[in-house]
Amino acid sequence: MRKINTSLLEEKIYDMVLRAGVSITPSCLDAMNFACEIEGNEAARFALETLIDNAHVAKTENMPVCQDTGLAVVMLEIGQEVFLEGKPLKEAVNAGVRRAYADGYFRKSVCDPLTRKNTGDNTPAVIHTEIIDGDKINITFLPKGFGSENMSRLYMLKPAQGVEGIIGSIVETVKLAGSRPCPPVCIGVGIGGSFDTCAYLAKKALTREIGTYNQRADVAEIEREALRRINGLNIGCQGFHGDTTALSVACEWAYTHIAGLPVAVNVQCHCVRCEKEVL
Amino acid sequence: MKKLTLPLTKEDVKELRAGESVSITGVILTARDCAHKRLITLLEEKKPLPFEIKDAVIYYAGPCPAKPDTASGSCGPTTSARMESFAPALLDLGLGAIIGKGEMNGETREALKRNSAVYFAAIGGAGALYGLSIKSSKCIAFDDLLSEAVYRLEVEDFPAIVAYDCYGGSIY
Repeated sequence: MRKINTSLLEEKIYDMVLRAGVSITPSCLDAMNFACEIEGNEAARFALETLIDNAHVAKTENMPVCQDTGLAVVMLEIGQEVFLEGKPLKEAVNAGVRRAYADGYFRKSVCDPLTRKNTGDNTPAVIHTEIIDGDKINITFLPKGFGSENMSRLYMLKPAQGVEGIIGSIVETVKLAGSRPCPPVCIGVGIGGSFDTCAYLAKKALTREIGTYNQRADVAEIEREALRRINGLNIGCQGFHGDTTALSVACEWAYTHIAGLPVAVNVQCHCVRCEKEVL
Repeated sequence: MKKLTLPLTKEDVKELRAGESVSITGVILTARDCAHKRLITLLEEKKPLPFEIKDAVIYYAGPCPAKPDTASGSCGPTTSARMESFAPALLDLGLGAIIGKGEMNGETREALKRNSAVYFAAIGGAGALYGLSIKSSKCIAFDDLLSEAVYRLEVEDFPAIVAYDCYGGSIY
């Protein structure tokens, strides 16, 4: 058994939140640079150049890349040999988030769903925990902007719709979103599981490095084909038309019921901010 | 890139065409979901708005807090479609221009035409650059809404693209 004080987790999360808010992931920036190089549409290229410039300015000025510093999504894979001591896990995570959003001058965007009253400190965070083997904690922090989150969809397909139904759902989601989610987008897809696990898989898929494919060949083929069709939609950067509507499609899968084929499509804008650490 | 100084005259607006890139200098007001709801409620109750709407420019945005000794935090545009149920009423009261991101519905485009107003698309995601283009920022209404309050921003060389012109032209 390995004892870990949750104050260590709090500090880790504090650092991760501060870093994430001001930086696009290297793989996302690479994909944006590539999109800019190949873009044939003038307005879309202007927008891509502005966004790449913005990413550099954010880093040098230590300013949030995007003012929507997001709903704080924290994914924890906790080794079963870990014994957590100190303040309760959720309290520690929220304390790290709260301090970082204050110290980083990040926007506080969390509110009551009915009264719309802002909680004022960007907590509570969305915390997912999974128990894994070993004695470590894998921490992933994804600040999730809602211009793109709002465009996400969940489909309960019929098994007969198969692979074509899955690809169709992904492409339809991007088409319906149009210019609204700040394209070029990154798409996270959950295939299978139940209504809830499917959506979680889609979110998890967004934390994968851009440019990587699922290890399962038939799933990777869905990713490639969906990306190809999306980039044929001619929505383009900011909806100004052009060659790149999505930078990536990442799918994760789980076993499902004989009667169903759930597909969740989680939309992320071009501003992928994601930090990973091991404790 | 065409340089525009606010407020825009109707003649200025009539010269703009969808797809044109512009650089904006002058005073703009932020308002997003909650602020719009309150503005429309005030109108329904026949109460005065907290600012002069005629020839104003509303920016759909909610900034990050400003660090000490800076005018503003990051401040890019938010999705305009969420405000499209409010936009026509404000345009009919004389709102001169809207800045946001992404498509808006047909009713808003008609209201832009009817009132010779214009919709500019700022580049969604370029929050840091837009934050730096803000030279001063002051909350002028609904301060309890925090980042969703109405801020009066003085901007300099704020880059955007004419998304809907006053003739019904569209970049989308």
